[in-house]
Amino acid sequence: MVEFLRFRDDEVSESPAVTVDAFGEQSNAGAVRIEPGDDARELLPHLAHIARVEVNFPVFGDGRGYSAARILREAGYEGEIRAVGDVAVDQLAYMRRCGFDAFEPEKAMNEADVKTALERWEEVYQKTVDGRTPIWALRHG
Amino acid sequence: MYKYDNYDQQMVDTRVEEFRDQTRRRLSGELSEEKFRPLRLMNGLYLQLHAYMLRVAVPYGTLSGAQMKALGDIADKYDRGYGHFTTRQNIQYNWIKLEDAPEILADLAKVEMHAIQTSGNCIRNISSDHFAGAAADELVDPRPYAELLRQWSSFHPEFSYLPRKFKIAVIAADTDRAAMRLHDIGIQIVKNDAGEIGCAFYVGGGMGRTPMVAPCINEFVPLDDLITYSEACLRVYNRHGRRDNKYKARIKILVHEMGKDEYTRQVEEEFAHLKSQGIEPPLAELERIKPYFADPAFKSGLSDEIDRTDTDFALWVDRNTVVHKAPGYVSAVISLKPVGGIPGDASADQIRLMGELATDYSFDECRVTHTQNIVLPHVEKARLKDLFDILDANGLSSPNLDTIEDIIACPGLDYCSLANARSIPVAQKISERFSGSGKTAELGELKLKISGCINACGHHHAGHIGILGVDRKGVENYQLLLGGSEAEDTSLGKITGPGFSEDGIVDAVEKAADVYIANREDGERFLDTYRRIGMDPFKEAIYG
Repeated sequence: MVEFLRFRDDEVSESPAVTVDAFGEQSNAGAVRIEPGDDARELLPHLAHIARVEVNFPVFGDGRGYSAARILREAGYEGEIRAVGDVAVDQLAYMRRCGFDAFEPEKAMNEADVKTALERWEEVYQKTVDGRTPIWALRHG
Repeated sequence: MYKYDNYDQQMVDTRVEEFRDQTRRRLSGELSEEKFRPLRLMNGLYLQLHAYMLRVAVPYGTLSGAQMKALGDIADKYDRGYGHFTTRQNIQYNWIKLEDAPEILADLAKVEMHAIQTSGNCIRNISSDHFAGAAADELVDPRPYAELLRQWSSFHPEFSYLPRKFKIAVIAADTDRAAMRLHDIGIQIVKNDAGEIGCAFYVGGGMGRTPMVAPCINEFVPLDDLITYSEACLRVYNRHGRRDNKYKARIKILVHEMGKDEYTRQVEEEFAHLKSQGIEPPLAELERIKPYFADPAFKSGLSDEIDRTDTDFALWVDRNTVVHKAPGYVSAVISLKPVGGIPGDASADQIRLMGELATDYSFDECRVTHTQNIVLPHVEKARLKDLFDILDANGLSSPNLDTIEDIIACPGLDYCSLANARSIPVAQKISERFSGSGKTAELGELKLKISGCINACGHHHAGHIGILGVDRKGVENYQLLLGGSEAEDTSLGKITGPGFSEDGIVDAVEKAADVYIANREDGERFLDTYRRIGMDPFKEAIYG
């Protein structure tokens, strides 16, 4: 079973994650946790100092975290973005597309299912932040 | 018609395999119903009162003959021999087994069809003008733009867990045949003063329990910003739309509470940012799509004469055919509203027949209308009588387009687990009453729409006459609304007063119709008379 999944070569940051509010008062913290109602853009001036951003999904149906991750990547953030909470194998592919590169689900995932889910989509329709070439670009060289 | 290339086919095939795997995990118990629910919903599979319902996408309402025939085959093979065409130009099957669903999706994929995102809190099937490519009044064919949006919105990684469902309609004529301003985003393809083609964006319309007409937030978005601007509209909604109350979660509430100006400001800001991200397909992609929607090879020099000797045929021509841009052709509408029937239902045999007729009479194309009828868009006038005879022999020749018998109704409490009241029996009784009394013809255009609950799938807010089924202390009760319109003169109906029993509502509709007949001036439709004389005379007749 998979309890933690990471697509990075650098060392895992051990800094405890602070809330976005706490980070606002004490911006030397190395890790931040974004809740669904937080504005990811508040972190933009400080991205160079943040090793890890955790994006919490209290319930998988609340999709605000997808926008949060993508906004951070669009702003050039290169640190770890970790999805935590109610994250399941069926959400992995879209989360990868939005810039998540680490997963710490509250319920462990089946290893074979994870592999299938991550390898399933050979092509994609949209350009996002994962560097994949969308179908429209393939069509027009 | 659009044809899949290898990429499109691969995407749909991959989805079939993904759903097959998810269904396997559900059936084995690995996935709970709670976790499976959003996954099956994003493949159009609902759990209803008696069985699963599968909703199949008909992108912008357009189908080939072969696709239509395949829909008939599915009705036979996996359902009870019926299909139900919906107000979003899709088709639903009401008696589906969970274990069959992956097979149905595989059958659909063989004819370039799918059920992707036909439910769930994601971007739904893109709807459009059912006379696209045939209408004399359109600026361009809106469907290439709808297809571009279809591909962009399919499997969108950021917008698959939105606060609520999200519906987009695209039109390209001033006459609105798609209820564009009652969508989450309505796009009208327009031409600016410089002669360039672009998109007017209307955002925040919708029906449901809080009906709203979408305001225009941008009168001209250039074509090569269409996707980027849509993405900006969606991102502001995904981030700020309400998630605390599902009844306040649609984008109309956000636009209303935030205010149109502030919402627009945020969209423009997000748009300016996204412009730097290079997410817009090149215009070459639109140019690649356009030829699929080029005019078929219309014959020239055709006569516009129609032999009207057969009076039944002549009546059907007058009621159910619509002017076409090419001389010698019409668009013919097949009514799925036989007197006493279930609005939008067709048997497997009828569906297959309509597919054959599309191939033989209409350049291999048919359309589903949001009013739950089928259009053969390009029929030679000289061949109309032959077509009519075949339709007539198969129970498909009801001459009642846009009349009080052409009722929109949701499935209601007969099928739907959300409903408070039945819709279908009310529709049946009304069409029987007016057909029997012969008043249908006298009333002319009168759009009647019935919803079995406040969610408004039957568009009751937008009916010239609307009926809303509610539950009053365990008894079905029906409210009457007057004055709605889903056309370019969009308006929302107003409730007349206390509700009625099932038979009482039929009487009330008849009284309202009589007020119109007694008060109308030359050339006025029901809606025009209502707008001129107001609610009071109707109230007096109904409750007096």
